Amino acid sequence: MKILLEAKNLSKEYIKTTGFFSRTRTSIKALDNLSINIKRGITLAVVGESGSGKSTLAKSLIRLIELDKGSIKFKNKNMRQISGDELKVTRKNIQMIFQDPYASLNPRMKIIKIMEEPLKIHAIGNSTTQYSKILSMIKRVGLEERDLLKYPHQFSGGQRQRIGIARALILEPELVICDEPVSALDVSVQAQIIQLLKSLQVEFGLTYLFITHDLRIVRHIANEVIVMKDGKLIEQGKTDIIFGSPKTKYTKELLASIPGNLLKRK
Amino acid sequence: MKNNILKINKLKVFPNNNPRLNLVKNISLSLKKGKTTCIVGESGSGKSLTALSIMQLLSSQLNMSGSIVFEGVNLVNLTKEDIRKRRGKDVAMIFQEPMTSLNPVLTIGYQIEEAIKVHNNLLKAELNKRVEELLNIVGIPTDRINSYPDELSGGQRQRVMIAMAISCSPRLLIADEPTTALDVTVQAQILDLLNSLKIKFEMTMLFITHDFGVVEDIADDVVVMYQGEIVEQGTVLKVLKKPMHPYTKALLACVPDPQGKKDLNPIDYSALKKAIG
Repeated sequence: MKILLEAKNLSKEYIKTTGFFSRTRTSIKALDNLSINIKRGITLAVVGESGSGKSTLAKSLIRLIELDKGSIKFKNKNMRQISGDELKVTRKNIQMIFQDPYASLNPRMKIIKIMEEPLKIHAIGNSTTQYSKILSMIKRVGLEERDLLKYPHQFSGGQRQRIGIARALILEPELVICDEPVSALDVSVQAQIIQLLKSLQVEFGLTYLFITHDLRIVRHIANEVIVMKDGKLIEQGKTDIIFGSPKTKYTKELLASIPGNLLKRK
Repeated sequence: MKNNILKINKLKVFPNNNPRLNLVKNISLSLKKGKTTCIVGESGSGKSLTALSIMQLLSSQLNMSGSIVFEGVNLVNLTKEDIRKRRGKDVAMIFQEPMTSLNPVLTIGYQIEEAIKVHNNLLKAELNKRVEELLNIVGIPTDRINSYPDELSGGQRQRVMIAMAISCSPRLLIADEPTTALDVTVQAQILDLLNSLKIKFEMTMLFITHDFGVVEDIADDVVVMYQGEIVEQGTVLKVLKKPMHPYTKALLACVPDPQGKKDLNPIDYSALKKAIG
């Protein structure tokens, strides 16, 4: 299978100052010499607890965070060396879906404006073609034309996440980074959004980097898994293999913590 | 039944300005002494309102009717002063987000002490001893007694909340989604802790959650709520393995299966409406 993104030796350190007049400086390694490959057309899940560096990894891949060290090759372009227009074009190909659909949509913009913005930034089409594009996308994620004139607060959490997905996909990206996209949702809504993401993947040939702490969801959506802890890669492999015969103690511990297992654990 | 510690009868919750809109619709349920009862449902199903009604902590915009009888006393008829004497002592509650429930400018030791002092008149030395004892019970090193909430992890903060809640040895502990904001490994630890406390202190627990995995881990009995009504209740085995109501079946079908054997089926609300009639 072809590799879409190749990240090598990624390192990022945060300096935390504490104590009187911030004299004590401690460093936290959010990413510690981490290398991953994302194959085209698959879903790669990144699992780990809070503070394991999952979100730093996601943000560094689209250069929302500048790394200390490492290289990122996306479609044979070195992400860390490009700038200006080239970076803009590359970023169009990598879109993000965020955890909190309440916080990631501008409350003062109507949905039509929220959807138009990325198309305008990347100068795609004229206003007529833009509108028809927006309309077909918003219908594809399960909303209606009249919803375009509403504001984000008029929607439920699940509907807002649908808008977030539509906004990410309107630019026809190849790689979609999903940062805990269903963690804030009810189980019933969660199931709807997962099914939607799965069907969109097939339809548009998308590659997903799916960040989550819920291992039950991983089983349903991912082909491959990487397990992170303290910025390091602990284990990686095919989903069935990681779940069926985990090699490291940490992965075993994570799997044993899946709710619904407590009685079996004892 | 004698071994029921709490009995809710025909509870209704409605906004003051619209008494016909029932957010909780005429529900009745009993909690068995020393058992854990889980209320499961989606957001808006009325689970938290039910819990807040027991504590008489409903927002001033809401009103309720019906009776809530705890150990033979109808909590609804009590004066504000009387209910305050019982809150924390007889019935205690822990919430989803421990950071917003703790005061950020006071040490955890001070806050636990405060919780004890409301109901007990202890000397300073006894008070200190009790705080250390509580920290031991919930598994926080006693040298953290002078730490502020922001110096603790999410799991530790929830442990502090639990320490405060059990400080006056309540007979009923209400936990409203206490592990939803936590990592899975931490969640498992907190569930273990709550389970052991329940046994050690013969506490009754009312546990609110939307996660069926958690229900399987912790519940003896389950109550399923949908749109303000109880649609099904019974023992955990009966409800999870042999659900009767179409809504319970639909809700169980959208829980991701860790073995990955079962497909995810989102709830088809129009089909559900027809099935319920």
